[in-house]
Amino acid sequence: METVTLTIIKQPELYLEADCISPDVFAETTGEIADLPVYVGREQHRLGDFFEISGRAGTTPAGTKIIVKGDLSRVKYIGMKMTAGEVVIDGNADMYVGAWMQGGKITVNGDVDAFAGTGMKGGELRINGNAGNYLGSAYRGDWRGMTGGRIVVTGDAGSDLGTFMNGGEIVVGGNVDVHVATHAEGGTIIIKGDAKSRLGGQMVEGEIYVFGDIDVMMPGFAYRKDVDLEVDGAKGRFALYEGDLGERHRKRKGQMIYGKLYQLVRP
Amino acid sequence: MTKTVTDVICPFCGTLCDDLEVVVSKDGKNLLEVYNACAIGAEKFLQSQAKDRHTRPRMRQEDGSWKEISYDEAIEYTAKMLADAKKPLMYGWSSTNCEAQAVGSEIGEYVGAVMDNTATVCHGTSLIAVQDIGIPSCTLGEVKNRADRILFWGCNPAHAHPRHMSRYSIFPRGFFTGKGHTGRKMIVVDPRVTDTARIADVHLQIEQGRDYELLDALRVAFKGEQLPDVVAGIPKEKIYEVAETLKSGRFAIIFFGMGVTQSLGKNHNIDAAIAVTRDLNEYTKAAIMPMRGHYNVTGSGQVWGWQFGFPFAVDLSRGFARYNPGETTSNDLLRRGEVDAVFVLGSDPGAHFPFSSVKKIYGLPSVAVEPHETPTTEVCKVHVPVAFVGIEVGGCAYRMDNVPIETRKVVDAPEGMMTDEEFLTHVLARVKEIKGV
Repeated sequence: METVTLTIIKQPELYLEADCISPDVFAETTGEIADLPVYVGREQHRLGDFFEISGRAGTTPAGTKIIVKGDLSRVKYIGMKMTAGEVVIDGNADMYVGAWMQGGKITVNGDVDAFAGTGMKGGELRINGNAGNYLGSAYRGDWRGMTGGRIVVTGDAGSDLGTFMNGGEIVVGGNVDVHVATHAEGGTIIIKGDAKSRLGGQMVEGEIYVFGDIDVMMPGFAYRKDVDLEVDGAKGRFALYEGDLGERHRKRKGQMIYGKLYQLVRP
Repeated sequence: MTKTVTDVICPFCGTLCDDLEVVVSKDGKNLLEVYNACAIGAEKFLQSQAKDRHTRPRMRQEDGSWKEISYDEAIEYTAKMLADAKKPLMYGWSSTNCEAQAVGSEIGEYVGAVMDNTATVCHGTSLIAVQDIGIPSCTLGEVKNRADRILFWGCNPAHAHPRHMSRYSIFPRGFFTGKGHTGRKMIVVDPRVTDTARIADVHLQIEQGRDYELLDALRVAFKGEQLPDVVAGIPKEKIYEVAETLKSGRFAIIFFGMGVTQSLGKNHNIDAAIAVTRDLNEYTKAAIMPMRGHYNVTGSGQVWGWQFGFPFAVDLSRGFARYNPGETTSNDLLRRGEVDAVFVLGSDPGAHFPFSSVKKIYGLPSVAVEPHETPTTEVCKVHVPVAFVGIEVGGCAYRMDNVPIETRKVVDAPEGMMTDEEFLTHVLARVKEIKGV
């Protein structure tokens, strides 16, 4: 696997839109990586104007690894739409990290801002830090949110986690803000810490696991029973709630299928 | 000698009352009296006659004082500011006519601006919800003639839309609502005992920030499923009772305001309210409508809807329209430092935005196009006073139910003053010159 290392040497005056930082673009470009276009507002610049670039890309996305270093808190769209290969971000990154990603792996050693993993279809997004709002959510107006792949956040996540989720898995090591799996029709969300309120609002199908407290339970979720489960390597007894009872649901073999919310029962 | 102009449109709130009578001097230069309008609407008409009104642009000087400049100088400053900026914010657009909004949009395209209107801190969240799940709505005429279950959620029309209840929603006798308010059931959901709540048949005094839960509870109640004993501070018996009241009507309408659009959950609250409306249509006819604030905020959404495909927060910086509230909304842009110039027309972010955003406006090249002296004109570098739309110049405006109404000119603007549209047309011409297009 060939490796390209990008080190930010100049901070943009406003924000940098760098959707070219992806193994797909690097592997497929015929010219210099430094000449790839990036944008600050309406102005187009070269990637090389902002980053020191070393190493070279592989011939395929899968054979390409990108390491991005420095303070990237004003850089958007890193790893957008990537299908294979690897991206490592050493530092905090701004919005849309791994948005619409289809494959490959992104590791962020830092925090990310909102809209990470928007409309994700596959691959793995690992954030060793905190994530902002709309992690693994659908893009505005799209009713097909995350359909596959796996997102792991070691820290906290913001609000609107996994909105319109259809598949895939999100694991949050810390706490989450309001609105989890709103409108979800599939997928799994595991929250190791506490949740605030509005879990599974308007949820059709899918699963949410919460290890900590839930401040306010949705009125549309009804307690069914306690079950013993192994979730993400941890065994425990979980209280199963089903809902959202107010939302539409389909039937399978005459049985109504609901969204499932499991909360760890602590002795 | 005076003359009376009838059927005047009121350019204040989204109710856009169209039955005002205005008395003007015979030469049409002075506005003397206003009839039929609410206190706020009448005040807006009379304010145009203020003796201390600014009639020429002014520019902030180094020492903080204002210097009067010509319209030409203001046009030059504005055009250069917009053309030089990498990503200017063009905000406001709600207290002006659609004609001016269209010219403004053209400027936005040439300079790669982010176009945002007051919905960004108001009903923009409703628009997000509409995009997510659609909206079953109607016109205010249908409400007047048919609605017998009126639900006001997080809004206080008694003060914010003073003639809404008397013209459309509660008191009028319509074609199928001959008994007026006695034939209607009025429900108000509000954590406070507002003047609207005081006249309601049922007031659900909800716990602050629990609207989403209560809306969800209503949906559960419609389906006859079990509820917890208390939701959002309301006992479940009450919720079942209100659900039954709504289901038993011939036509239910939900009006909602900033109590739900800008409290916890924002677009999700409206999303759930629309779902409630959709559910109600299983049992009766139901519709839902946002209580739009500025008289033509709906119009700016319409204009951008047909020009860009999005009703607010449109980012044109890359040459194509992008829209993602949370990123392309004014406060996020200002707070994060994503824009380098601010142009405000027909709105008052100085009064409505958080202080942290207003401070950012203060630190940037900025222009406010505004008939009044406002907190925004105080923080901007250039203030361009213009004629009042709907009083000194006509033009199209959209009512809260998306009905376009042509506003009327009733009195002349002070000598030599420009209208929004004239000013913008000159700026557009100058921007094109600078850009060489």
